[in-house]
Amino acid sequence: MQVHRPYTLHDALALMAATPTPTPIAGGTDLLVSWHHKPKEKLALLDLSQLGGELAAMRLTADTLELGALTTYWDVIASPEVSRAFPLLAEAARQVGAMQIQTRGTWAGNIGNGSPAADGVPVLMAYDATVVLQSTRGRREVQLDGYYTGYKKTVRLPDELIVAIQIPRRTRKAEWFEKVGARAAQTITKVGVAVVNDEKGWRVVANSVAPYVCRCRNLESALQKGQKFKSPEEIRDILKNDIAPINDMRSTAAYRETVLSRVLFYRLADKA
Amino acid sequence: MPAGADLPRIDGLDKLAGRAAYVDDLPTPGAWHGATVRSSVPRGKIRDIHFDPAFDWNDITIVDHRDIPGPNQLKLIDVDQPVLAAGEVRHKHEPILLLAHPSVHKLRDALRAIRVDVEPLPAILDPAAPLTPDLIQYKSDNVLKHIDIRQGDPGPVFARAAHIIEGEYVTGSQEHVYLETQGMLAQWQDGRLTVRGSMQCPYYVLDALTHLFGRSRDAFRVIQSPVGGGFGGKEEYPSLLAIHAALLAEKSGAPVKMIYDRQEDMAVTTKRHPSRTRHRTALDKDGRLLAMEIDVLLDGGAYVTLSPVVLSRGCIHAAGPYFCENIHIRGEARLTNSPPYGAFRGFGAPQTIFAIERHMDVIAARIGIDPVELRRRNLVRTGQPLATGQIYKEPTDLPALMDRALDLAQYKARTQSHAEFNKSHPFLRRGIGFATFHHGAGFTGGGETYLASEVWIEGKPDGTVELQTAQTDMGQGTTTILTQVVAERLGIPTEQVRVATPDTSRVPNSGPTVASRTAMVVGKLIEQACDDLLHQLGRKSGDPEISDDIRRHASLPGKSLVGRAKYQKPASIQWDDKTYRGDAYATYSWATYVADVEVDLRTCRVRVTDFVALQEVGRVLNTTLATGQIAGGVVQGIGWALYENVVLEDGAMKNCQMTNYVIPSAGDLPPIRVVFEERPSHWGPGGAKGIGELPMDGPAPAIVNAISRAVTTTINEIPVTPELLLKATEGRGHG
Repeated sequence: MQVHRPYTLHDALALMAATPTPTPIAGGTDLLVSWHHKPKEKLALLDLSQLGGELAAMRLTADTLELGALTTYWDVIASPEVSRAFPLLAEAARQVGAMQIQTRGTWAGNIGNGSPAADGVPVLMAYDATVVLQSTRGRREVQLDGYYTGYKKTVRLPDELIVAIQIPRRTRKAEWFEKVGARAAQTITKVGVAVVNDEKGWRVVANSVAPYVCRCRNLESALQKGQKFKSPEEIRDILKNDIAPINDMRSTAAYRETVLSRVLFYRLADKA
Repeated sequence: MPAGADLPRIDGLDKLAGRAAYVDDLPTPGAWHGATVRSSVPRGKIRDIHFDPAFDWNDITIVDHRDIPGPNQLKLIDVDQPVLAAGEVRHKHEPILLLAHPSVHKLRDALRAIRVDVEPLPAILDPAAPLTPDLIQYKSDNVLKHIDIRQGDPGPVFARAAHIIEGEYVTGSQEHVYLETQGMLAQWQDGRLTVRGSMQCPYYVLDALTHLFGRSRDAFRVIQSPVGGGFGGKEEYPSLLAIHAALLAEKSGAPVKMIYDRQEDMAVTTKRHPSRTRHRTALDKDGRLLAMEIDVLLDGGAYVTLSPVVLSRGCIHAAGPYFCENIHIRGEARLTNSPPYGAFRGFGAPQTIFAIERHMDVIAARIGIDPVELRRRNLVRTGQPLATGQIYKEPTDLPALMDRALDLAQYKARTQSHAEFNKSHPFLRRGIGFATFHHGAGFTGGGETYLASEVWIEGKPDGTVELQTAQTDMGQGTTTILTQVVAERLGIPTEQVRVATPDTSRVPNSGPTVASRTAMVVGKLIEQACDDLLHQLGRKSGDPEISDDIRRHASLPGKSLVGRAKYQKPASIQWDDKTYRGDAYATYSWATYVADVEVDLRTCRVRVTDFVALQEVGRVLNTTLATGQIAGGVVQGIGWALYENVVLEDGAMKNCQMTNYVIPSAGDLPPIRVVFEERPSHWGPGGAKGIGELPMDGPAPAIVNAISRAVTTTINEIPVTPELLLKATEGRGHG
């Protein structure tokens, strides 16, 4: 196993361009799961922990929130300004694992790991976040809702590093987040959904119901048209073209689909 | 401080402060680490074992079945289980090879450099599946144990019954999730193979070592290290792990530590037996039980292990605390190619009590009678027999116990308010349910006679006494309560009592720490040993100022002062193991548990919102510890009922991580109101009876009775995961 520990972003990007491509590690809350059982001969890690500066910064301006790549869930929970400006971020952060995970796990890592069950991603996507990628070749911005292309597949090129997440500040008419897990805390999402209705329209983002966290665009356009729903089944019929849930050891496809439509139905009836 | 007072946990501060040294904490210079190569299929023939030639095997100790000095048998009730597979594997994760090396890192690399080729054989993964000859692996029919309990003659009664109600009830497996995973350290010390580790039963480990190595008992020494939870999971499994560590220590010549990580522990060690129980019940028009036919089927897993006695306890409790003249209980534990299921708090009784207590509510609903009234009419009363013919002679009025629990839970008022609530809420449904039940204390039937437990108490020259038993404290507070028993009987302060670490080289075999037997059975022996010591001093219990006498006698040159007691069957207990008739247990603890639940019809999640646990357990020795034990059992019961789903793949646990095997978190738990009715019993010390397993029995049926009422759907299977509840309520509208 190789571990690189760069002290500047410049060095980090240079290392990302090397072969074999290292895996970036910040909080380690995903990478260290089942660590003892992983073969490590070919593993190369890029330890980001020494990179301060922009990567560690969280900046709230009049029109944007920028989360540096090392921003943890706890950073958001602990900031009254950010929690007020983007309440769903704090709400989702508090439901990630327990405090030990919240203080180490990063938003960028949650995006980078690409789990369909990621708890940080739905709220970011619902807030229309942009991912900032940087490499020795330059810097580019990618919409988070276009970031994933398949199960653990993304548009990030091997030498690119997520350096920041940007979220626009907008006026919102509705915003809510619901996580359904197997217990009240310390649980992996079986079905999750974040919903935002702002000046740009509705965004409905679900996790654990497709190979990656995804927008439910058919439902969004129905909402956009002002459609009212008489039953959860109506929502389920629309969602069929938005999601592709599976059976696994945590739940069933039928459960995920049904519960997602029921949660949406009652929440929309309440607050839409 | 006398018994009955809340003596703080003697081991508490050390554990709280992190000073207690669990087996993995024991500093052992030069210790090697041990690891296990396992089968990847549920059944098959071992064709070849490949060792990667690129790997340096020189300094790795490798043990296979040929290194076993005696019979390759794990000695339990039967000897059918090999400790290392030879030729054939019978379950996934079955041990095949053992490795040891000073570096845990190289050891893990070595594990990855071994490939075992197994030619798969047909496996049976469902105990109810039809048998074909190629699936038979135990005797002629894969039946590990069959039990028949008969009372009266149920057959003809069904013809004249006003009601005949049938039901089938299914319970899932359960993982113990003790905080400390299994671990053992084996080394040569003073010419003996010495084993230290996490265990409930040091003498089981000693017996297993003696048998496998074909040596005398003197060749071994087994010492219990502090145990971070057992719940039955450290009853029989530690014998296997101790043997593995000992084989590696003998071959390598080094001390060897084998510590399972959580994943390995969950995947390979024993779990609660899955069960399927069928009831067919005849009742008269007033709801009196006329006849009961009960079929109990346990999945035993690949070897016999403790399945016969788990089945036994399950069958004895299967008809509940009710009087019925005509009963036939048929039980079978059958082989499957799953890792062997084993001891788990309750030991078969939670499974059959779930069935009977759900069945009582099903009966009540079907014949249109209040479930409280149905139980009131059938709860056993003085002079009436339980299923094995054991006559009820206890001082407790069971209907009154039930009424008190229901009052505490405001059962009537809540039944009404829930009905109102359910009419108006769009998606929440509330329900209240309960279970009345009992749990036998001590070994079943002639078990205690067979064990012939012994305890010693030794007076020391400094006036203190040392209690010597094989009883292990795994967090339940044994050390503390036994200290109280000694102090009270001898009339000395608890500070003058020490409890010896269970060590087979210096404590007698007082039997295993299982079966709710320690406080009652061993506690009573301790009183007798104390009396013996007092007798040697020419004193008797209740006499003042004993300490000086102890000091004087123990200081006499060449003399020792040891009080002894050995279990002798009380004449009043009669049990016939052939017919399964008689006094199955010396006595029982009795309880009614009430659960309040709220079901969210959107997510089908169930939240237990309130819980009352009322029990009669004789005299409570230590209220804080007893309350903790009951509350802990209730939590474990809630977990079994709602959350803990052992997902099997090839017969073995697939979700073997804490993230995917869901135990309830603090946020999922209701207030648990633990209430004791104290009626001192003459069977235990100072009137105590057993309590360890009782709280595991009641929560599941109480909760599922409550759910069934909340959603007006019959649920007869646990765990009631949201997925299961969704299926059960589908097509009924969502609210």
